[in-house]
Amino acid sequence: MPSNKSVSDAPITQFVNCRILKDHKLQWEDLWVREGKILNPEKLFFDEEGFADHKVDCEDKIIAPGFIDVQINGGYGIDFSQASSDIRGGVALVAKKILEHGVTSFCPTLVTSPSDIYHKFLIVSVLQKVVLLDLLAPVMLLCFSPQVIPELRVQDGGPEGAGVLGIHLEGPFISEEKRGAHPPKFLRTFKAGGLADLMEIYGHLDNVAMVTLAPELANSAAAIHELSGRGIAVSLGHSMADLSQAEEAVQHGAKFITHLFNAMLPFHHRDPGIVGLLTSDRVPPGRTVYYGMIADGIHTHPAALRIAHRAHPAGLVLVTDAVMAMGLPPGRHTLGQQQIDIQGLHAYLTGTTTLSGSIATMDMCVRHFREASGCTVEAALEAASLHPAQMLGISHRKGTLEYGTDADFVVLDDTLTVRETYIAGQKVWRK
Amino acid sequence: MRLVILDDYDLASEWAAKYIRNRIVQFKPTADRYFTLGLPTGSTPLGCYRKLIEYHKNGDLSFKYVKTFNMDEYVGLPRDHPESYHSYMWNNFFKHIDIEPQNTHILDGNASDLQAECAAFEQQITAAGGIELFVGGIGPDGHIAFNEPGSSLVSRTRVKTLAKDTIVANARFFGNDLSKVPTMTLTVGVGTVMDAREVMILITGAHKAFALYKAIEEGVNHMWTVSAFQQHPRTIFVCDEDATLELRVKTVKYFKGLMHVHNQLVEPMLSVKDYID
Repeated sequence: MPSNKSVSDAPITQFVNCRILKDHKLQWEDLWVREGKILNPEKLFFDEEGFADHKVDCEDKIIAPGFIDVQINGGYGIDFSQASSDIRGGVALVAKKILEHGVTSFCPTLVTSPSDIYHKFLIVSVLQKVVLLDLLAPVMLLCFSPQVIPELRVQDGGPEGAGVLGIHLEGPFISEEKRGAHPPKFLRTFKAGGLADLMEIYGHLDNVAMVTLAPELANSAAAIHELSGRGIAVSLGHSMADLSQAEEAVQHGAKFITHLFNAMLPFHHRDPGIVGLLTSDRVPPGRTVYYGMIADGIHTHPAALRIAHRAHPAGLVLVTDAVMAMGLPPGRHTLGQQQIDIQGLHAYLTGTTTLSGSIATMDMCVRHFREASGCTVEAALEAASLHPAQMLGISHRKGTLEYGTDADFVVLDDTLTVRETYIAGQKVWRK
Repeated sequence: MRLVILDDYDLASEWAAKYIRNRIVQFKPTADRYFTLGLPTGSTPLGCYRKLIEYHKNGDLSFKYVKTFNMDEYVGLPRDHPESYHSYMWNNFFKHIDIEPQNTHILDGNASDLQAECAAFEQQITAAGGIELFVGGIGPDGHIAFNEPGSSLVSRTRVKTLAKDTIVANARFFGNDLSKVPTMTLTVGVGTVMDAREVMILITGAHKAFALYKAIEEGVNHMWTVSAFQQHPRTIFVCDEDATLELRVKTVKYFKGLMHVHNQLVEPMLSVKDYID
């Protein structure tokens, strides 16, 4: 049939014989893609009198939005927090590998690090963005640092790997008692709070998507306010805060909890702590508090996972909190400024029983969450896609299969094993 | 007329779908000679559409050389509103078959000049060579398309204001909120459907029984506009048992006795596979 599409001549692909996650349900519907976005076929039919150029038979599989991992410290031997000489290659390697787990967008996470690491990673990422400086960049590089410019900037995904949504800065404004695996000597407090403290430590905030901090630190309110105002998601974690301190932080703009239950005060029936945010009645109307859960079967007991899920299902966000050893064989490895030991699915701070992050992959987390909580397939898939997108405020383009959103999706079989991964409508990985 | 009576809704839907299928396949439509089909909306034809889609998916029926003309569309309802007739046709029929978009015709209830839109629709039908088979339903008030009681029996495509009965009947699609139901529609006229070479009316359910009685056992009357088809040379009424509840026993027995003749129209079932040259 001749092409008479009035809006665009770009090829249209129609995925047939599939169940897609739409309106919170798996439905037998075709998925249409054009120019990297999900296309509205009804509009195509009536407005453009258009049709598909090629059809892909999905053989009755499930199509879900691509998974979004907002807390991942590295993997496959790469540690984002380490000052290696090839950061660009490291991020790219992890970004490429996680396509196998169905992750199409992620936030590379930096644990508490010395200030110069932040400055190096964040300041040069700004240089990348300023076109004019392309000419001056070589000169400036020679003056400031001879090392390769790290690629920790926001970028779209594609065949080379999952997209970077922005950096997740986990620390250094966290509690000493609840630092977990973070090195104590690099922890920081707010002097006056506000922009000055943040800039002194971090250097620049462009390309930062999230910051985890402990709200009980003095002057945190100003920092939370400043970050939220810039569209950076503030997350509460590694903290000794009680519920009212946490609620105040939410009122100032905090909207996420970093790995619920871990590195915070345990739930107590007279003092629920940060965990109490899940059922708090002091969350401003229209806002949702989201919470990250590491559903690897180790960091959270399945019963605790179920309690959190049942208390506040709409806020649950699956995260991997994967460490450099994810994807590597068992043994001793380095995370940030410290050493860890891998045993099976456990990663311990060397010489202790403190967990230092998990090595489960995102698709494993989705399957484990579904099994442990008994939730529906739709809920498990949304916890890894829709909810993180909503938390980051990007659900108008990621995390769903709504018309007009980015065509980042995964093809799964009924065991929720990833068979194919697509970014911008292009197949970027196949099992 | 032929009055074809099946035991239940599913059998009635299937009979109607088989008839449409045989008509299209027998016609052997080509790029130079399209089969023109008039189509209804509403809950009655859903079973029929499902069967037609099944025949298409089995490879027995193709809509490549079929042109369709829908009966009506609401005025002022956005085209992508879930209750618009565009949405209905896309979701219940077009998206499942191989019909080409430019061969489908549905009145545009958001046109800037509604009268011109209606006139253009009539011209499109004429340009397509007239309607070969017009499939329709009947309202509880005996209307065909949106030709409400009192519509001229020689009317053409035009704007109509809906009767209260119809608005109430449609409220269930708009969350039972009467204020949300559109009050005006564009509809083919009674005369427009009468011009078709053949007309098939689907009537199922006890709530349509009185309308069927008025349409075929009483006189031609503009208060029950379906009655106009008593004066059409080729009309088939396909119904289920429940729809015959208000008819005389004599009428029902007569036509049930003719089922073996009626069934010759749908048996054997023809397939496009048999005609591939």
